[in-house]
Amino acid sequence: MAERSEEVKLLGMWASPFSRRVEIALTLKGLPYEFSEQDIANKSPLLLQSNPVHKMIPVLLHNGKPISESLVILEYIDDTWQHNQILPQDPYDKAIARFWARFVDEQIYVTAMKVVGKVGEERDAAVEATRDLLKLMEKELVGKDFLGGESLGFVDIVATLVAFWLMRTEEVVGVKVVPVEMFPEIHRWVKNLLDVDVIKKCIPPEGEHLNYIRARMDSLKLKSV
Amino acid sequence: MATGDVKLIGSWASVFVMRARIALNLKSISYEFLQETYGTKSELLLKSNPVHKKMPVLIHADKPVCESNIIVQYIDEAWSSYGPSILPSQPYDRAIARFWAAYVDDKWFIALRSILTARGEEEKKAAIAEVEERTDHLEKAFIDCSNGKPFFNGDHIGYLDIALGSFLGWWKVVELDASHILLDETKTPSLFKWAERFCNDPAVKPLMPETAKLAEFARKLFPKPEA
Repeated sequence: MAERSEEVKLLGMWASPFSRRVEIALTLKGLPYEFSEQDIANKSPLLLQSNPVHKMIPVLLHNGKPISESLVILEYIDDTWQHNQILPQDPYDKAIARFWARFVDEQIYVTAMKVVGKVGEERDAAVEATRDLLKLMEKELVGKDFLGGESLGFVDIVATLVAFWLMRTEEVVGVKVVPVEMFPEIHRWVKNLLDVDVIKKCIPPEGEHLNYIRARMDSLKLKSV
Repeated sequence: MATGDVKLIGSWASVFVMRARIALNLKSISYEFLQETYGTKSELLLKSNPVHKKMPVLIHADKPVCESNIIVQYIDEAWSSYGPSILPSQPYDRAIARFWAAYVDDKWFIALRSILTARGEEEKKAAIAEVEERTDHLEKAFIDCSNGKPFFNGDHIGYLDIALGSFLGWWKVVELDASHILLDETKTPSLFKWAERFCNDPAVKPLMPETAKLAEFARKLFPKPEA
């Protein structure tokens, strides 16, 4: 790849899994970028201008041109900088990777949010539903070090949402959604992730992250009172 | 063009199935169409898409691919040397096409469907307003993406044309149901003209269902609560 002046800027948020997954991808590619921490409660003119449709982070700005939606951004990064490929090359394997990435975001994430958002019986139902979805992920990990196979791939990056957000939220909320007895493969996979330098570098620091989640849970409780 | 063992599980009425069929047509791929019966799910469907149990499922050399937009991209990549490119060639244009295709499914379609499921006039009015607002976004998207050309993808229909255009049959059905124009020649003139071009595309024409037939099917799918 010819060296040329590339301006890569990420409008993100330190505690967002969607923002962090973009950072993982950029770091895997060894791409220098400027990170701009966004205040979601007080959206910057740049954010509103760069993502007028959703007004959400993350937004990647490449030489000033904005790309929004984390999965779209990840594919853009892989399309543009073709070394250290994140997605598989084979069309079938790619289709499978895209399928599981959607599954994490559209099924696991949406259902897991209900664990946090509900109480009592509704929460129990949400826990059960999340576990049913996670069992499918568990099956995918049998005999593999990563969801991408021998090394970290697209689905692993997307599924850091499970490893470092869902599983950290468990601690704070006090509901064991992903117990090791039920999900030994997922726990093994999390350990594998933590051995990868890029992951260690790019996930939110645990202490601060747990405090942040705790504060958000408290504010949610206040809202429901 | 004989391209090996290709099957598609689907239904004549499904928008998502149509996407896959348009893509196969664009690449001139012959396939066996396995029509599902309304109200039941075939064993092959349940086996091929155990996670969601939904159509369409493309089965290529016995390997299943699920999710309509994923299938369309797969078709483009697996048969990249056949026919025109479905995704744009430049990474940035691809990202824009993917962004808007996700918007069509996550925001626009949800609003359209809520017109059919609306209970009472208030809900219906709100749903209509949402569809109009989101269609407005798509009008701007068309102007940006097409760059003066006939389709979102330029000279030929592509990923985003397919993603949105496959809804045109249902779009009309919902208009009739709501007694309200949802693709307005004066409000969204570019989309209006694009719609006609899309429906006349040879890859699309044989697949677009008759409005009357689809409206009848819609009444089965979305029964009105009788007073």
